[in-house]
Amino acid sequence: MTVDERHTDVTDVYSADEMMTVEASRALAGVASCFVGIGLPSTAANLARTTHSPDLVLVYESGCLGSKPDALPLSIGDGMLAETATSVVSVPEVFNYWLQAGRIELGFLSAAQIDRRANINTTVIGSYDDPKVRLPGAGGAPEIAASCGEVIVIVRQTRRIFVDRVSFVTSVGFGDDPGDREKFGLRGRGPRRIITDLGILQPDEHGDLVLTAIHPGVDVEQVRAATGWDLRVSDDLRTTPEPTDTELSVLRHLQSTMGQR
Amino acid sequence: MAAVTSLADAVSEHVHDGDVVALEGFTHLIPFAAGHEIIRQGRRDLTLVRMTPDVIYDQLIGAGCARKLIFSWGGNPGVGSLHRFREAIQDGWPVPLEIEEHSHAGMANRYVAGASGLPFAILRGYAGTDLMGVTDTIRSITCPFTGEALAAVPALTPDVTIIHAQQGDRAGNVALWGITGVQKEAALAAKRTIVTVEEIVDELRTPYGAIVLPGWAITAVAEVPGGAHPSYAAGYSVRDNAYYQHWDAISRDRTAFGQWLLALIDEHAAAEAAR
Repeated sequence: MTVDERHTDVTDVYSADEMMTVEASRALAGVASCFVGIGLPSTAANLARTTHSPDLVLVYESGCLGSKPDALPLSIGDGMLAETATSVVSVPEVFNYWLQAGRIELGFLSAAQIDRRANINTTVIGSYDDPKVRLPGAGGAPEIAASCGEVIVIVRQTRRIFVDRVSFVTSVGFGDDPGDREKFGLRGRGPRRIITDLGILQPDEHGDLVLTAIHPGVDVEQVRAATGWDLRVSDDLRTTPEPTDTELSVLRHLQSTMGQR
Repeated sequence: MAAVTSLADAVSEHVHDGDVVALEGFTHLIPFAAGHEIIRQGRRDLTLVRMTPDVIYDQLIGAGCARKLIFSWGGNPGVGSLHRFREAIQDGWPVPLEIEEHSHAGMANRYVAGASGLPFAILRGYAGTDLMGVTDTIRSITCPFTGEALAAVPALTPDVTIIHAQQGDRAGNVALWGITGVQKEAALAAKRTIVTVEEIVDELRTPYGAIVLPGWAITAVAEVPGGAHPSYAAGYSVRDNAYYQHWDAISRDRTAFGQWLLALIDEHAAAEAAR
């Protein structure tokens, strides 16, 4: 059964979240291995694997290497991730032998806050000792951000999330100053693309984020208004292609399977 | 040699007020029933340890069992926040909760050091993050061979580690398979280890690649079918995703949580009375 036979209800109307997820999946083209967090990253990675990148190796921090789920997991430890994996290893092993040793090409992260230098906060909003909002914390992210060959961040763009300076650096993007990644001994290249529901931000050579693409129907002022600093716009600003019928139909099918197995 | 006993007796004998207690499980094989037994027996002032404190830790924290949490990610997987955990940290309710916060890589290596009988572990981690400034148990160390700066984290050696496994035998050997997370390291790092199992069998029948922990490395084994629910035990049960989703509403509201807690304790009293 082909994808097109399975889904006949696709319309040319799509949401901003769908655009973001589709663009994130496209960013995985040509990538060999991807360390995947749950939520939007997992959806995008599975969309990539189900469409253009059938050989993409998905690594989940629960220790599943090469999972090939046919439904979207609700958690990073759903049974099907283990059942469909090439290998299931312990948590110390996945972090030490696979991530820390530099075997994973790309890390896929989300954020509660992200700043102009792509530093990520998933710990607290407000002060650490007296937080306004206590968030889940670091999980695997600091070392994914440090040790994967590169990082893609997928996150919705609002002024609350895109802040000038994060309240807390949980995971390092480009630190405070050019050269900080080298100073900290971080081996990966860091975030290369921040994919949002409005467009794409990429670091310049100093690690400052620049708007490099907008999604169809989005205008630059809208993106700047959703950003908590004076966002620079690339001279070569492009518009991302709309989702294809195949991308949308596979994405919607995947989402309908969330936690179903 | 492990004693094969009841869960109530294992908790009563081996989990004490003020202990450092790790209930480990990475989505799979989470020892929920043991956590509920700790709540029922009214343990207090525990230092709870867990890489991924999720719903069972939200329940323990909301019930006032803990004074400190050592962790790396606290959330309801696939659902959202843990509201009892948040309220304890933000508002000190029902009791203030001290936190010691790490990353997964740091926590995993802390258990490895504990299981290995080493005082600390090293890793490439935390560099440039604000965790270094707020967590005293993250330090820097220079490699004596290369001069490279690395992170150092102290061993975790819980007073008690509790895990859930698929099978145990009458000699107290236990077997677990599927996603086994950090349970082997957490068990071997602890002074005492309690394992709840889906079933006790005459002879372990394990798939290739299963972890078998020998009975002489375990303190107590208790047969608790479904003891991981709403988490799951591969080969025995599936994850009850709806429970995790329903927990959100209970956890959000002190009154709803209070009712849940009373029901948990009443359920136990009814079971005792029926004995």
